[in-house]
Amino acid sequence: MTTARRERPAETGTPIIEVRAISKIYAGGVEALNDISLEVPRGKLTTLLGPSGCGKTTLLKIIAGLIPATSGEVLVSGRPVTGPGPDRAFVFQDFALMPWASVLRNVAFGLELRGVSRSERDEVARRHIAEVGLAGFEDRHPHELSGGMRQRVGLARALAVDADVLLMDEPFSSVDEQTRRKFQEDMLGLLSAHGKTVLFVTHSIEEAVYLSDRIVLLSRRPSRVAQVIEPEIRRGDDPEAIRRHPAYLDTVETIWQGLKRYLD
Amino acid sequence: MKIYGFRVPLMASLIVWIALWEVIGRTGAALVLPPFSSVVERMVEIVPTPTFLKALAMTGEAYLIGNLIAIGIGVPVGVLMGRSVVADRLLLPWVNIFLSAPLSALVPVIMVLFGLGMTTIVLTVVLFAVWIIVLDARAGVRGISPSLVEMARSYGATPLQAFAKIYLWAALPEILAGIRLGCIRAVKGVIIGQLLVSIVGFGHLFEIYFSNFLMEHFWALVLTLFAFAFAIAEGLGYLERRVEYYASSRQQ
Amino acid sequence: MTEVTPSLGSRKTGIRPARLQRNRLADLAIHPLTLRLATALILFSAWEYAGRLPVSPAFPGFVETMIAFADMAKDGSLLSALLITLQPLVAGLAISAVVGIGLGVAMGISRFTEWLIAPPFIVMQAAPMAALIPLLVFAYGIGLASKILTVCIMAMPVIVLNSYLAIRQTPASLIEMGRSFLGSRAQIILKIMLPSASPVIFAGLRLGAAAGFIGAILAELLITPTGIGDLITYNQSIAEYPKMYAAIFSVIALSVLFIEGLGKIEAAIFRREGRKA
Repeated sequence: MTTARRERPAETGTPIIEVRAISKIYAGGVEALNDISLEVPRGKLTTLLGPSGCGKTTLLKIIAGLIPATSGEVLVSGRPVTGPGPDRAFVFQDFALMPWASVLRNVAFGLELRGVSRSERDEVARRHIAEVGLAGFEDRHPHELSGGMRQRVGLARALAVDADVLLMDEPFSSVDEQTRRKFQEDMLGLLSAHGKTVLFVTHSIEEAVYLSDRIVLLSRRPSRVAQVIEPEIRRGDDPEAIRRHPAYLDTVETIWQGLKRYLD
Repeated sequence: MKIYGFRVPLMASLIVWIALWEVIGRTGAALVLPPFSSVVERMVEIVPTPTFLKALAMTGEAYLIGNLIAIGIGVPVGVLMGRSVVADRLLLPWVNIFLSAPLSALVPVIMVLFGLGMTTIVLTVVLFAVWIIVLDARAGVRGISPSLVEMARSYGATPLQAFAKIYLWAALPEILAGIRLGCIRAVKGVIIGQLLVSIVGFGHLFEIYFSNFLMEHFWALVLTLFAFAFAIAEGLGYLERRVEYYASSRQQ
Repeated sequence: MTEVTPSLGSRKTGIRPARLQRNRLADLAIHPLTLRLATALILFSAWEYAGRLPVSPAFPGFVETMIAFADMAKDGSLLSALLITLQPLVAGLAISAVVGIGLGVAMGISRFTEWLIAPPFIVMQAAPMAALIPLLVFAYGIGLASKILTVCIMAMPVIVLNSYLAIRQTPASLIEMGRSFLGSRAQIILKIMLPSASPVIFAGLRLGAAAGFIGAILAELLITPTGIGDLITYNQSIAEYPKMYAAIFSVIALSVLFIEGLGKIEAAIFRREGRKA
């Protein structure tokens, strides 16, 4: 790896992100988040699930340090968040790829901003491009790729900076259904191989249950934590079997019952 | 385009520039720049004079007639180009050429053909305004969603009904945008025409002020014209935004 | 042209090859190139017809004008005139490009600069800037300086406003991406905002060039006759209309080629990236 490895206690399950009493009131008086506290366990995939417009993305961006909270604090590995940091990498809903740059440069961009030398960052980028299954596309431009491939580029870029935590903002919402399932499976394999902690925002109940170790259910705006669910699903099973497993279906049903009351 | 959408707080900085103008004018450092306050005084003085009003009436008339002709030709031609591939391919290259061609070079031709009078000014206005109106009307018609046209057909609309009830309305935002841009270009056209002809309208006034070194008069005239031009652009922009509400879901 | 394979056509819709043949001919007849040639033919014939009528003694036909054009091209007077006209144009455009893009980008990245500088340029964009030409003559005389400044006042507003809007329209998520990967402000401006804005900035340059051409010719017609402006006014004064028209024809052709050339460069740069200006 390029950057010096940060100490990484192997102990999974201990909280790596602690959100303490976060509230967010936008200029103009819209109250997006109200007194949210939650913990994200290390090495696990945690999902923020809630009705659309409930402030999931706002919370994710506060944790990323992209927007400030009105009150409360976020700790990552015990240190308070004051802005973006090398310990967190963001994956964007609209991919946020630079249309003028090749796949290679897009993936290497995080390292480029850190001043890593060209040969070094290109080598790292190539490795991650291959990992997400895009070997051979290094010199293509984003407009030549499908939505699913573009998000793979976004994922490779986030992996390339070797952050402990990946913050993913509805990464599959612009990807069509068939591609999405394959992508989800690939992503799960990749993330567990790297031992990454993931905080994932989605509005799809099925996606949340299929992917998550822990689901944080948010209420409608101003959001609070409504419920925390830990699906009892054995990973490593055949994906199709998981989707038919009674535990999977029960969890989907429970969440649907919980969310229904927020819909008019 | 939101250029013309700016409101008061932004425009407030013009006060800073005017103050700067006043200061420079007072020091007399720049010979051609009299203080803003005396320009405004002069403006109040010359605007009600018969000479000015006559020039204004003449310019306004040429501007209006020229614009009406440009709209009368531009919108139907644009709609035709939007509907017919053949018409589009026949005309589009020429429209594009004239859209960015240096039209000031054609004014001398109009002058030798139509003399140094009203007709020349009107034709200059048409020449400046018509191309963008054609192009935007074309874009408007081409941008109409096919499902809207199919809807009209499936409910049995005749071609005439489809034109009057669907095409014209669906393309209205772009048509209006074209007319607004055409009107802005026409302001430039009417002034360029009068500067070149220089014996009619404001062109004549410019000539008199210029040859007698009447700087305050000159600036008063420039300021009045700029104010008119800005008011026209802003006013049309306002009207356009009022129409935009029902077209807001459409992608430009 | 749409290609229809015969087998598909005959099986599915029963269209016979003969019909297809006719369609191909029809396609060829309405091919853009055919029609472009056709309109050029129609336009020039109409010009020639009007010249022969004649609509006015001051309206030479197309052929007469082209002969004058060829004569002037041969004796070099046209080329030297065009080169003289190009001087203030190129100088004015270069100044407008550097200053205009600089101001526009400054306005795009700083709220204060925007507040201070945007309004005068918004007014200038809508205003008939040509009215200021006599003033430039007062201040800078009747030489090259006034002509360069004429090009500048015509071309600058659209370049400034396009650059400014281009920077402002940088997608918010790209800027967030830059911040989340720890880009400094300078890095975000240089590596994200400027490349993202470049197609629109370039389009502004193209529009500025068109406005600059109007200014350059206006300067030569209003300030002192030089270059093409001289050919136009001189031949007009001695009623040598074919030459006058040929001079006008040549400068319009030059501007069309110039702006088309800019468009080609633009397309070549941005096509690979799948971006249109």
